[in-house]
Amino acid sequence: MSDFNFHIIEEYFSLFMEGTLLTIELSIGGIILGSLLGLAIAFGNMSRRWYLHLPTQGYIHLFRGTPLLLQILIVHFGVVAQVLGRTDAIVASVVALALNSAAYTAEIFRAGIQSIDKGQTEAALSLGMTRGQAMRHIILPQAIKRMIPAFGNEFIVLIKDSSLVAIITAPELMYWTRSAAAQYSRVWEPYLFAALVYLVLTYSLSKLLKFAERKM
Amino acid sequence: MPMNPIISVQGIHKSFGKNTVLRDISIEIEKQEVVVVIGPSGSGKSTFLRCLNLLERPESGDIRIEGQSLFDKKTKIEEIRAEAGMVFQNFNLFPHKTVLENIMLAPMKVRNQSAEQARAKALELLAKVGLIDKADAKPSSLSGGQSQRVAIARALAMEPKVMLFDEPTSALDPEMVGEVLAVMKQLAQEGMTMVVVTHEMGFAREVGDRIVFMEQGKIVEIGEPKQIFEAAQQERTRVFLSKVL
Repeated sequence: MSDFNFHIIEEYFSLFMEGTLLTIELSIGGIILGSLLGLAIAFGNMSRRWYLHLPTQGYIHLFRGTPLLLQILIVHFGVVAQVLGRTDAIVASVVALALNSAAYTAEIFRAGIQSIDKGQTEAALSLGMTRGQAMRHIILPQAIKRMIPAFGNEFIVLIKDSSLVAIITAPELMYWTRSAAAQYSRVWEPYLFAALVYLVLTYSLSKLLKFAERKM
Repeated sequence: MPMNPIISVQGIHKSFGKNTVLRDISIEIEKQEVVVVIGPSGSGKSTFLRCLNLLERPESGDIRIEGQSLFDKKTKIEEIRAEAGMVFQNFNLFPHKTVLENIMLAPMKVRNQSAEQARAKALELLAKVGLIDKADAKPSSLSGGQSQRVAIARALAMEPKVMLFDEPTSALDPEMVGEVLAVMKQLAQEGMTMVVVTHEMGFAREVGDRIVFMEQGKIVEIGEPKQIFEAAQQERTRVFLSKVL
């Protein structure tokens, strides 16, 4: 490590930054799409109807019980290649990350919604609201506030896990890091720099979430 | 015989799993009547009350509100509930909304009232329960008695035909019971039809038009307060009253 060569980082800096931007985009895309899908899955999972409960339960088991790397490979070489007729690493990355995080956010939604006292729903229903109105005006606003810490954790996990899509050549931070490492046959400079960038991303996000939590 | 009951309950049964909590409950309640339901805990009196707006669904029997069966396929349960205000033991105020918003929400969302309309009504009701200065407070800053008075105002904002009270003073510190009972008494005097599940025997006796004594999921005895408290027909009623009075 004594001959740490900053020149390598300098050389690759603009690519690192482009990669970081894509890492951020993939993570945000993944968490937003994943949350929307996760909310739908959570409702299906909480349903007493077996044809809604069983498939969503299966979905959660499937995506939490298999490696993300495997899911990325299947989505990239299997699903996206089939549907689009060609491979597209960025599309495959967003889809895989969204599908995976949906399984986790579904559980966050379920736990958050079920943590709200039943009396809140009963009060809303007794006033003549429909179940949908009670959910929207009474339960979700309270549940979401309680879910923020768990959501933050999921987002942070997703930022780190997005590095796995380097394997399908999505040009995000990890992809350029490995590329720099290979070109210069160096380990410390690119990998430590990438570690620093990931750390800055996750640390500032956790601070931001703490702030949001206090504001709400 | 009641001529035109606002609530008519005919032979309802309810069980939770193997545990039967209501057996063959029938009663007719007239407009402007105050019916007080008493009985030991576990007697099914809260479940009975919660059946009246279908927070619990009986397995058999019929409930009619102004002649309309709750189990008719055409009955919109939300409309029935909107006409029956309910006050809960634990208040169940919405903690993420202010006192005023708690009261305004349902009239706006269910009755499609404008914000101004709902606000005017809410302020009027807050004045009535003596809490006009708490309009912008959050529920967490209220005492138990204040919370329950807000909950009553919230239910009244829907201008219900019936008010259902589920042990409204059981979660209160003793010194706050009076302020809630006073509001309920005023409502009764204004002619509100009320069904009240309570352990407050003084209130039952003073405000109730009829007392229903329930035990083990059955109605043991129904009568006017004077009769129930002084000359109960059933031994079980006398035993219960001797313990609580």
